[in-house]
Amino acid sequence: MHKIYILWLRQIKRYLRSRSRIVGALAQPMLYLMALGYGFGAVFQQAGQGSYLTFLTPGVIGMTIIFTSMFSGMEVIWDRQFGFLKETLVAPMPRFNVMLGRTLGGATVATIQALIVLVASLFFGFRPTSWPLLLAAIPCMFLVALLFTALGTAVASGLSDMQGFQLIMNFLVMPLFFFSGAIYPLEGLPRALSLVVSINPLTYGVDAFRGLLINSSHYGLATDIAVLCVATFAFLYMGSRMFERIEA
Amino acid sequence: MIQVRNLSKRFNDLTAVNDISFSVPAGEIFAFLGPNGAGKSTTIKILTTLLRPTAGEVLVNDHNVALKPDEVRRSFGIVFQDPSLDSELTAWENMEIHGVLYDLPKKQRRERIEQLLRLVELWDRKDSVVMTFSGGMRRRLEIARGLLHHPRVLFLDEPTLGLDPQTRNQMWNYLRELNRNEGTTVFFSTHYMDEAERIADRIAIIDHGRIVALGTAAELKQQTNGATLEEAFLALTGSTIREETAGAADHMRAFVRSQMRR
Repeated sequence: MHKIYILWLRQIKRYLRSRSRIVGALAQPMLYLMALGYGFGAVFQQAGQGSYLTFLTPGVIGMTIIFTSMFSGMEVIWDRQFGFLKETLVAPMPRFNVMLGRTLGGATVATIQALIVLVASLFFGFRPTSWPLLLAAIPCMFLVALLFTALGTAVASGLSDMQGFQLIMNFLVMPLFFFSGAIYPLEGLPRALSLVVSINPLTYGVDAFRGLLINSSHYGLATDIAVLCVATFAFLYMGSRMFERIEA
Repeated sequence: MIQVRNLSKRFNDLTAVNDISFSVPAGEIFAFLGPNGAGKSTTIKILTTLLRPTAGEVLVNDHNVALKPDEVRRSFGIVFQDPSLDSELTAWENMEIHGVLYDLPKKQRRERIEQLLRLVELWDRKDSVVMTFSGGMRRRLEIARGLLHHPRVLFLDEPTLGLDPQTRNQMWNYLRELNRNEGTTVFFSTHYMDEAERIADRIAIIDHGRIVALGTAAELKQQTNGATLEEAFLALTGSTIREETAGAADHMRAFVRSQMRR
């Protein structure tokens, strides 16, 4: 346990020490909230859907989580390039635990980032339906963060240099974000899009956030949590298999 | 303690290690010499479970490295040839993480961290982030970290590369004491002949992925009629200079360095 904890703590320390990374990772969600939140506000209102900013905020939280956690998971590449990965790969502990420590750390970082965005959204005018449910949304954010950190770790374990990083960002993370219902409602989508969206785990994450924060869920909270749990275990399993096979 | 039987390692069409066999009994200090690209680091990476062998059998502390990597990892410590510190953490934090990962109880951990950081003269810099360290300081920290836990076998891949004679001396004294008091098996590679001759009980010379000679320094000299170990080494491996191909990691580090200089 202590070993997993120290690897978790390492991720947290690295996060707290890189102020520029914190600010950089917050700029994008703020931009979405401001530009899209206010920009599409009028159209959304006219379509009878209420406040777009309120609708968008859970989606932007989902966005913050997927970007931060995928990035954290992919720090494996960084650690490989700078050598620290070797130190953990030869340590006398199961590699699964090494992966778990890193992943829990990355997920914690992503959850903190998401909470900062949530607090910031209050200043933009976002109001949750109920404050106790907002607290319940925090473990749910952590679950989604864990899911994507595990996915990031799995993907990064198979890559040996930074070149693959951009590829993953453009061909995996961006599609996952845009095909998730983070920025548009799931009702009335074309059939093909609706199908793609329904196999994307982020969709269920954002849907669960909407259920808890603004009391409007498409699939229902129980389905969302069930899908997220299954996907998280699947990615953790996949990530640990990939991580165990790393050669350095 | 270490048994290697018919070990080979191929990367695509390159054969880095070609059917080598040797063994190192417990408590021995064993040196691994060879020109650049001869297969020293590859062999050490296989012995320490970082690479899987293509063929052959490797036992460390009676456990097969390919089948029981977790048991093998509990038996050894290693000082890597290339950097393996977390440069965003302090010297002390790097030591602390290592101590925790290797199950050192808190009291012993704190004592040894202080003892070793003093040994490599980094104690007054213990709370500085490694990023601010010079190359030599980082190297000293790597060595201190490698010595923190006392394993059955200690691997050191060119540990003294870029170290000043003072630190080199301190390090070998510490290692010899460890070897004498705790029976630690020491397996190291080096380019310094005097080091191998002075420290090692036996020496293996590897070239083009094969072991070309193995024995005590005296035996190697006798075998080649060389007056010094260096002469014996050159007689066995020839005098052409070898090029080592740079890996992706080296390119990356070079890139980052060039960016930082701007």
